[in-house]
Amino acid sequence: MRKITYLEAIREAMQQMMREDENVYLLGEDIAEYGGAFGVTVGMLEEFGKERIRNTPISEAAIIGVGIGSALTGMRPIAEIMFSDFMTIAMDQIVNQAAKIRYMFGGKAKVPLVIRTAGGGGTGAAAQHSQSLEALFTHIPGLKVVMPSCPYDAKGLLISSILDDNPVIFIEHKLLYKNKKYMQHVPEEIYRIPLGKGDIKREGRDITIVATSFMVQRSLEVADILESEEGIDCEVVDPRTLRPLDMDIIISSVKKTGKVVCIEEACYFGGFMGEVVSQIVEKAFDYLDAPVLRIAGRDCPVPYSLVLEEEMIPSVGRIKKGMLDLLGRF
Amino acid sequence: MREVINMRKIKVSDYEIEDRFSGVSKALKLEMLKKMYEIRYFEEQAEQLIIRGKIHGTCHLYVGEEATAVGAIYALNKDDYITSTHRGHGHCIAKGADLKLMMAEFLGKKTGYCKGKGGSMHIADVEQGNLGANGVVGGGIGIATGAALTCKMKKNGKVVICFFGDGAVNQGIFHESVNMASIWRLPVIYLCENNQYGMSMPVKEAFNIERLSDRRIAYGIDGLTIDGNNIVEVFNVVSHFVERCRKGLGPVLIESLTYRWKGHSKSDAQVYRTREEVKAWMQKDPIERYKRVLLGEGIITPDDDRKLRAEVENEISEALKFAEESPFPEPSEVEEDVYA
Repeated sequence: MRKITYLEAIREAMQQMMREDENVYLLGEDIAEYGGAFGVTVGMLEEFGKERIRNTPISEAAIIGVGIGSALTGMRPIAEIMFSDFMTIAMDQIVNQAAKIRYMFGGKAKVPLVIRTAGGGGTGAAAQHSQSLEALFTHIPGLKVVMPSCPYDAKGLLISSILDDNPVIFIEHKLLYKNKKYMQHVPEEIYRIPLGKGDIKREGRDITIVATSFMVQRSLEVADILESEEGIDCEVVDPRTLRPLDMDIIISSVKKTGKVVCIEEACYFGGFMGEVVSQIVEKAFDYLDAPVLRIAGRDCPVPYSLVLEEEMIPSVGRIKKGMLDLLGRF
Repeated sequence: MREVINMRKIKVSDYEIEDRFSGVSKALKLEMLKKMYEIRYFEEQAEQLIIRGKIHGTCHLYVGEEATAVGAIYALNKDDYITSTHRGHGHCIAKGADLKLMMAEFLGKKTGYCKGKGGSMHIADVEQGNLGANGVVGGGIGIATGAALTCKMKKNGKVVICFFGDGAVNQGIFHESVNMASIWRLPVIYLCENNQYGMSMPVKEAFNIERLSDRRIAYGIDGLTIDGNNIVEVFNVVSHFVERCRKGLGPVLIESLTYRWKGHSKSDAQVYRTREEVKAWMQKDPIERYKRVLLGEGIITPDDDRKLRAEVENEISEALKFAEESPFPEPSEVEEDVYA
């Protein structure tokens, strides 16, 4: 069985959907000859040509605006915003236009637009190239927000996103793109993972970890350590889609383990996991045997120096310590 | 219907263009007048409703600018696209919107274009090529550019008119989009309705250039400034560039000089302009000017005109009646239509 990287899975999803439907096209900065800042679109220009692998000037607002207008009139664009930090430059287009058009028009229009972007830190790129801004988007009705944590999910979720008739914010993680450690068997054929369906990445009895994107991989690492060192059996739940959110899978895991820790890379204050915790408390309070724990990015911009960056983003050590504290094992 | 033999050439700005209006059928010329009346009377009715406190919300009236919407949109085919603005009633009506559905939307009724979810600033009719009014200044410019990209990629021969005001010309999305349309030679007409004020900001203070169409130079595209209260000129110029767009010759920036007779919205005391200025522009009433053209050509008589106005007044009354008698949406519908 072949194994491919996260980046290859994303590329394969786009290639296959472009072969299926001539209305699917890509637009973004440096996606043609250069192959995208992270190399996701390498080779696609050769197969699909300049019309469909559409290099744009450095104009994020117009990239999204053009994506919306073409989606509204029958195309299925995939817009690439090089770094998720730059999504802020297109915020009017995303928040006031893409997300609201269907509702404002009384359900008589659709905007099948995928916005792919690379989020997250750990690369030493500092404050303007490392953020995890998903909470900005999950707060907006009308948007769907997807954050795959592995190659298999990336392909199936991207295919579903391209087939979806709503604007989808598809946030990829830079540390997952090329790392061979995360390579996985990915079927060669087209397959879909429904948006709004989470996944249990590791079954366990003692405590539930809810995590997104790269933090799923980090949580799995911590789970292995806790099992071998402490005999703690962690269950790792990956919602995969933040909006719509599969709360059922989280609640049923919490009911089973009675303890939950929510882990995200984004800054703690106002983070997406605040929503998850709030829903756990509303829906499963009686099942909790311990306070809910949140482990998130520190409340500062992402710093440059390796020492500081490792302190800002939840590390294996910080997650492990937090969980042991929660479980009363010092 | 619009085929003309031996068209006369006229000069507008630096461009020599065909006088296509002279070849337009009498019926169509009359229809254009009717549309102008529909806009005027719809807006006057809207203003009355606001004054009488019947409207939950606001609106932005298009009175005084009718020649631009009608002249430009009548240069299009029915299946071409437009994007509109917060001051969008005129564009919607010119694009063939149903007055009943518009009025119902304005009154927040379930039968309105957007089921009462959009209101005055978000009326759209995508099936008819109206990609929507837009509450954000410049909000439609990217969308229009994207629609033009669809036209080009699908090779469907369609053209987009992107309406926006003078205020939008200083928005970043204008710069990004017009440049993109230029490098990709997209079939889009950027039609700036310069009505002299961005809310209260006079054009003279917001720009340090003589003509807003001078911005065309920065993008390497065609462009010119026209008399936006002269429907014949608007029609001829837009028709000329629609044809160029269909031939794949790329976008154009047209500045249409006009004036809004009413305040920016319902809460505008208009302290930033003088009554004399407003009156001077009212002397250039685009409807009166067009009527003189039609009377001169013998296309209508004063009696025809009276009948036409009565007909439109009746249509507006019918629209209002329909809207008033329509039900409000059910509260339970509030979370419907968020997602497809």
